[in-house]
Amino acid sequence: MRPRDPHPPPVRRGRSRRAAALSLGAVLSGTLLVSCGSEGQQTTEAGVPILNWYINPDSGGQQEIAARCTEASGGRYALEVETLPNNPQGQREQLVRRLVAGDSSVDLMSLDPPFIPEFATAGFFAPVPPEVEEQFSEQTLAGALEGASYDGELVTVPFFANTQLLWYRKSVAEEAGLDMSQPVTWDQIIEAAEQTGTTVGVQGTAAESMTVWVTALVRSQGGEVLANPEAPAEEIEVSIDGPEGAEAARIMRAIADAGVGGPQLSTADEDATAALFESEAGGFMVNWPFVWARAQSFVEAGSMEQETLDDYGWTLYPRVTEDDEPATPYGGINIGVGAFSERPELAYEAATCIASPENQQYYFLSNGNPPSAAAAFEGQEVLDQYPMAPTIEESVELAAPRPQTPYYDVVSTGIQRTWRPGSADPQTTPAASAELIRQVLQGEALL
Amino acid sequence: MSAVREERASVDPRPASTGQRPERRAGRRAPLTDRARGERNLGWLLCAPAFLVMIGVVAWPMLLALYDSLFSYRLTAPDDRAFVGLQNYVTILTDPLWWRAFATTGYITVITVAVELVLGFALAMVMHKAIRTVRPVLRTAILIPYAIITVVSAFAWFYAFNLTGGFVNQWLPFVGDDFNWFAQRGSSLAVIMLSEIWKTTPFISLLLLAGLAQVPEDLQEAARVDGATFRERLFRVTIPNMKAAIMVALLFRTLDAVRIFDNVFIMTAGTNGTETLAFLAYRQTIQRQEVGLGSAISVLLFLLVVLIAVLFVKVFKVDLSQQRGGK
Repeated sequence: MRPRDPHPPPVRRGRSRRAAALSLGAVLSGTLLVSCGSEGQQTTEAGVPILNWYINPDSGGQQEIAARCTEASGGRYALEVETLPNNPQGQREQLVRRLVAGDSSVDLMSLDPPFIPEFATAGFFAPVPPEVEEQFSEQTLAGALEGASYDGELVTVPFFANTQLLWYRKSVAEEAGLDMSQPVTWDQIIEAAEQTGTTVGVQGTAAESMTVWVTALVRSQGGEVLANPEAPAEEIEVSIDGPEGAEAARIMRAIADAGVGGPQLSTADEDATAALFESEAGGFMVNWPFVWARAQSFVEAGSMEQETLDDYGWTLYPRVTEDDEPATPYGGINIGVGAFSERPELAYEAATCIASPENQQYYFLSNGNPPSAAAAFEGQEVLDQYPMAPTIEESVELAAPRPQTPYYDVVSTGIQRTWRPGSADPQTTPAASAELIRQVLQGEALL
Repeated sequence: MSAVREERASVDPRPASTGQRPERRAGRRAPLTDRARGERNLGWLLCAPAFLVMIGVVAWPMLLALYDSLFSYRLTAPDDRAFVGLQNYVTILTDPLWWRAFATTGYITVITVAVELVLGFALAMVMHKAIRTVRPVLRTAILIPYAIITVVSAFAWFYAFNLTGGFVNQWLPFVGDDFNWFAQRGSSLAVIMLSEIWKTTPFISLLLLAGLAQVPEDLQEAARVDGATFRERLFRVTIPNMKAAIMVALLFRTLDAVRIFDNVFIMTAGTNGTETLAFLAYRQTIQRQEVGLGSAISVLLFLLVVLIAVLFVKVFKVDLSQQRGGK
């Protein structure tokens, strides 16, 4: 045996490096070629067509529904879930970038309702087949159906429909002498919180939740943020600066002036509001139903007393005026079918399965997201787990979507930039936001 | 032309033996040998791939941004794309939002770079003077913040100061427990700048350490023998001898600070008057999909960065090829 050379010639090392680099290059380019070649023609090993479903992150409910629908299809399709970024704006950005590039891998997408008009106008949705439209028009609650439509036409499949309720501490309402079985107004709850030294939790942060709040305040009085949301940018009439806008600013300022919004008022998002309500200072709060499941989990974990949870009460969103029903905030997720999908019929078949009342009910029970279909609210199990389900159903029926315009981001950001609880002024704030939105729509200002 | 060349040659006072100098002048090169030409061609060939990649990933996007900035172009409405000339620039430069973001960026840049320079210099001195056994540990410890991803450090600082679950309010005696750091411009910017300073001071100290190591020890020794105090040695020996290193550190950090994005994105999302120029560009291009406006802001930001670099190089005479001390 030859002794090992302790100093192998450098050329050999060079060769082995070159060989390694070449094989790495081959592997990488091979991977790229495989992924390019497989795009649009994806099937499972058994030859079942794969449908990609881009979902918003949740607690695993949509993944489970995907598995259920894949099984129920009997081999017609297999749903594969791709997770989008955490916040709705990030989800929109990623989907827009893919769809502008004509990405055929976007078969189905879970979409926040405010972005639907923009996607519909840009031609990002495959048309809804008449039988699907008929089925969902029948099964869906009014507010949710409006939110899934654009320009009088159903363009997405309504999946789950979120709405905000007024949550209150029964003990606080009792102490303040408020009869919560009757409709209550914003002024009443502000006064009650002031009187009892508690708080009114609202989302005062400059984020999407500000648009939700302002829209609800304006629309609850029969007003509109935009008079003609479907018009082209130059022709849109901004109507937030009417008397309804002034009243909305007055209420917002009243919360700040009364000192009942909590120390975090100007940066409070939904979680911060829930935390405030859970604290000893909790009195009232407007928020989505997730706060119920959140409180339950805290009780299970031992960080909240059962009696605190028992003190939770709920009713419809506060009224602005005594006589007018509230236009409750509407959120949720609808299913859009990508315009560039190679199998739109199959994708609509899958969307119909995903948004079936059974799956909506499963999603409600497992993940706490309320259904858009009336039938999914039925059953004792729903009532046992979500005693506020009838209130949610009523609220979804009353729900008023945010301005349904392709320029929603302009409207929403315009509101977020000009409305602040601490500085809201009935005289100037609505006018300032209207002027900013107008200027940006005309291309005369930055946003 | 040739007459002019001859005339210049006749008045050239330099001796003929100055060697390579004449070769540097255009039109006066001696003919290249085959070997030299071959080497030159090989040189071009070797750097061609890198050059092409640079054109592809740097020059092309920049030119495209310049082109897009002349259009009213929204990504979701490509059919409505229209040539508007310099209108986007006019809109931006006449909008108070741009000037507020400009002021915020300038404010953050000046404060952070100034504080980092002082702190970084102190840390560099500590690293330089530390005894040999602890030196590696000390350098590693000081460099740790720089090794942390900016987004991660931004989250860490955000959670520390956040009203829900943050601990800083409990630590600071002059701040109430319910003080919301992210509710006003001043305190938000303070946290953003603190995070930025904590994160990037190690970088500046590393650059300064390199400069410090180049200060000739015999100069220090001579000053010491002459009875110079520490202060005198610092201002008359150390700092003048590492001016180049200081200017390079300042240039790099200024260019970096002008492009601040991550901390603002994580902590305030640009609310309460904390929006910077890079964040403004991001919001127009990525969030609003207004490619035309966003590109125009990016072009303006690019010009600003170029202006700063030129200012440093021309006015402060920073020589990037001579960043050692003693120059």
